[in-house]
Amino acid sequence: MKIHEYQARDLLASYGIPVPSGQVITSKEDAAQAYKSVTQDAGTDLAVVKAQVFAGGRGKAGFVKLVRSADEATEAAKFMLSNRMVSNQTGPEGLEVNKLLIAAGVDIAHEYYLAITTDRATRRNFLIASAEGGVDIEQVAEDNPDAIIKTPIHPLLGLQSYQAREVAYALGFKGKQINQAVKIMMALSKLYHDKDCSIAEINPLITTPATTDNPDGQVLAIDAKFNFDDNATFRHKDIQALHDPSEDNPAETRAAKMGLSYIALDGNIGCLVNGAGLAMATMDTIKLEGGDPANFLDVGGSASEEAVTEAFRIILSDQAVKGILVNIFGGIMRCDIIAQGIVNAAKEIGFKIPLVVRLEGTNVDAGRALLEKASGDLPTLQAATDLGDAAKKMVAAVG
Amino acid sequence: MAAAISPISEGPATGNAARARSVDRPAQPKIIPPPAIPERNYPMAVLVNKDTRVICQGITGSFGALHTKGCFEYGTKMVGGVTPGKGGKKDPNGLPIFDTVRQAVDATGADSTMIFVPPAFCADAILEAMDAGVRLICCITEGVPVNDMIMVRKVLDDRNAAARGMDSAHARELFTLIGPNCPGIITPGPKTGDGSAQSKYTNAGCKIGIMPGYIHTHVSEAKTGKAVGIVSRSGTLTYEAVWQTSQLGLGQSTCIGIGGDPVRGLNHTDCLRLFEEDPDTHGILMIGEIGGEDEEAAAEYIKDHVTKPVAAFIAGRTAPPGKRMGHAGAIISSGAGGKPTGTADSKIEALRAAGATIAMSPADMGKAMAEAMGLTPARV
Repeated sequence: MKIHEYQARDLLASYGIPVPSGQVITSKEDAAQAYKSVTQDAGTDLAVVKAQVFAGGRGKAGFVKLVRSADEATEAAKFMLSNRMVSNQTGPEGLEVNKLLIAAGVDIAHEYYLAITTDRATRRNFLIASAEGGVDIEQVAEDNPDAIIKTPIHPLLGLQSYQAREVAYALGFKGKQINQAVKIMMALSKLYHDKDCSIAEINPLITTPATTDNPDGQVLAIDAKFNFDDNATFRHKDIQALHDPSEDNPAETRAAKMGLSYIALDGNIGCLVNGAGLAMATMDTIKLEGGDPANFLDVGGSASEEAVTEAFRIILSDQAVKGILVNIFGGIMRCDIIAQGIVNAAKEIGFKIPLVVRLEGTNVDAGRALLEKASGDLPTLQAATDLGDAAKKMVAAVG
Repeated sequence: MAAAISPISEGPATGNAARARSVDRPAQPKIIPPPAIPERNYPMAVLVNKDTRVICQGITGSFGALHTKGCFEYGTKMVGGVTPGKGGKKDPNGLPIFDTVRQAVDATGADSTMIFVPPAFCADAILEAMDAGVRLICCITEGVPVNDMIMVRKVLDDRNAAARGMDSAHARELFTLIGPNCPGIITPGPKTGDGSAQSKYTNAGCKIGIMPGYIHTHVSEAKTGKAVGIVSRSGTLTYEAVWQTSQLGLGQSTCIGIGGDPVRGLNHTDCLRLFEEDPDTHGILMIGEIGGEDEEAAAEYIKDHVTKPVAAFIAGRTAPPGKRMGHAGAIISSGAGGKPTGTADSKIEALRAAGATIAMSPADMGKAMAEAMGLTPARV
């Protein structure tokens, strides 16, 4: 589960990690007031207006703007709230923007990168830091891997202060910055564990220039990105509350309600499979035969007839779908339940497009008998003997 | 010296031993070893065999009850189950139910467990089994938080490291965790039932988990007279592979579903090692998927240590990056500070370079295995 930048800033602040003052607005009328309030707090005239969407590429799309007056802030807000954001991550139809963050601008002396994530190979969470922040950290990793410091976090003890100090010195922090940076790292680690994150990233973490009352400057988090372990959100009601349903794909949400795992893709062959691995493999087989899958759909191991019928409704709601391939290897899932779901869907919606069904495993004979009996309702049905055969027949039928 | 790891004698622990343990509990739990095998008149395969004594944690839940019955009917030596608060009762198969794993182990001599408790309680269930000395822990449950598994693996790894240092390095005397989010492990036995999915099926097999037992073939019933070991991150895709190898006249020594989570117990490399060391495994079929670098590590291991024929399939060549394909672990990610990792192509390339025969289509997994073993893939 992902959250928005403004929510991430609130989360950081609640763990004592300093962020520049900011406000969220949903209408352009509030922009001027928000600009005044955040800039006054910070003692500057510079502020930044940022669209709150999950997709990246905001800056290039014109959805992150520096402003120096209330009028400019209003203008930027008007543009962002009345236009769809199109970037290389949104697709050509773009995204509607409903919320904007207006944050005080800060002078930056240096930009750093700080993150925590799980390393699967060593089964540890790692603190990842670099003195080359702000930019694309993946590019840094590729060009100059030595510029990235990775520190393993003990699974039972958590991050230790000495580790954070080592990282702070290695990043080149000086004087009073050291303790500030250590505090931020310790807080980020605590937050990561408390809330079961899968990624907690501050980029950039910055230092402000030296001033007379603050000769070492201040360490601040400017932007943050969080992702949470979906398996653990059940024990974090506060994180669940941050979920923004407007960013969900409606078909995926509908599927999830029935315990189905559905992901929309670009092709024209709908797939209904039991098991995630087999579902991926079925997509691969379709592609190998020259076809293009329209979706990933795993009905899981305990789906009811009703869930199977709903799965067909969801697949058929995609106008691009020209044929449906059903591939079931019954283990816990019984073939007769799938067959009954197909029959029910045929009666309710009717299949005008080709349908290829491959059934194997638990209760396969009962499943085949059900389909045989209902053949009058299933004029486009073709039975397949194995996975390869199913994909060949499907691709041929779609043409 | 606290020789906590030396194998105990066969059979259930006596009441005295149980009482003594509750008074003077050793810092390191005593691991219940698999029973000794007096004569090898059937393949031992890996990790489990006909003498493996199995309990189910969560035996009274709907899934636990269903699959306890399935394993019982397959011929697994199911000896009991655990549900706190239901101790003293019996399940529909007549198996005794206990309040704690320690009670179950003391009364039944169980050395293995399958866990069906809800995700929030899995870490606790795994640690409880370990503390009671259960050597093989198979966690079927899907949806366990990653941080819980990081903690559990730390405890398990530390205990195994301590056990190795104290005594023997033999895997029979170490804790083994399979899963979570996995179909389990099966060592097929020769069929004794009437051949249907429902009847009591074997008297020498061991199925711990949710896979359909009847698709598996014991080597004595395989036309080629050869058996393969199968290791997979996916459930139903494993069944597909088992089915295909069975159709081609191959038996299976043991099939291990290691599960689809990012942090888990056994990984591909651990299973390759077990199969390589098992004299009754003649070939290894490995089924991976996108996400993580487990298959790349397995390729390294194959190159340096595996002498047996290996075939492999990787699912998810058509999966778009950044989308989680059902399994928590199946995602092509560009994690903090790295290039896109865990793509199907990088895994296929590594495995091919290591000498594995690659099935590009999941319809050809069995064929690729037969080819790797130099067998003519004639359908039977």
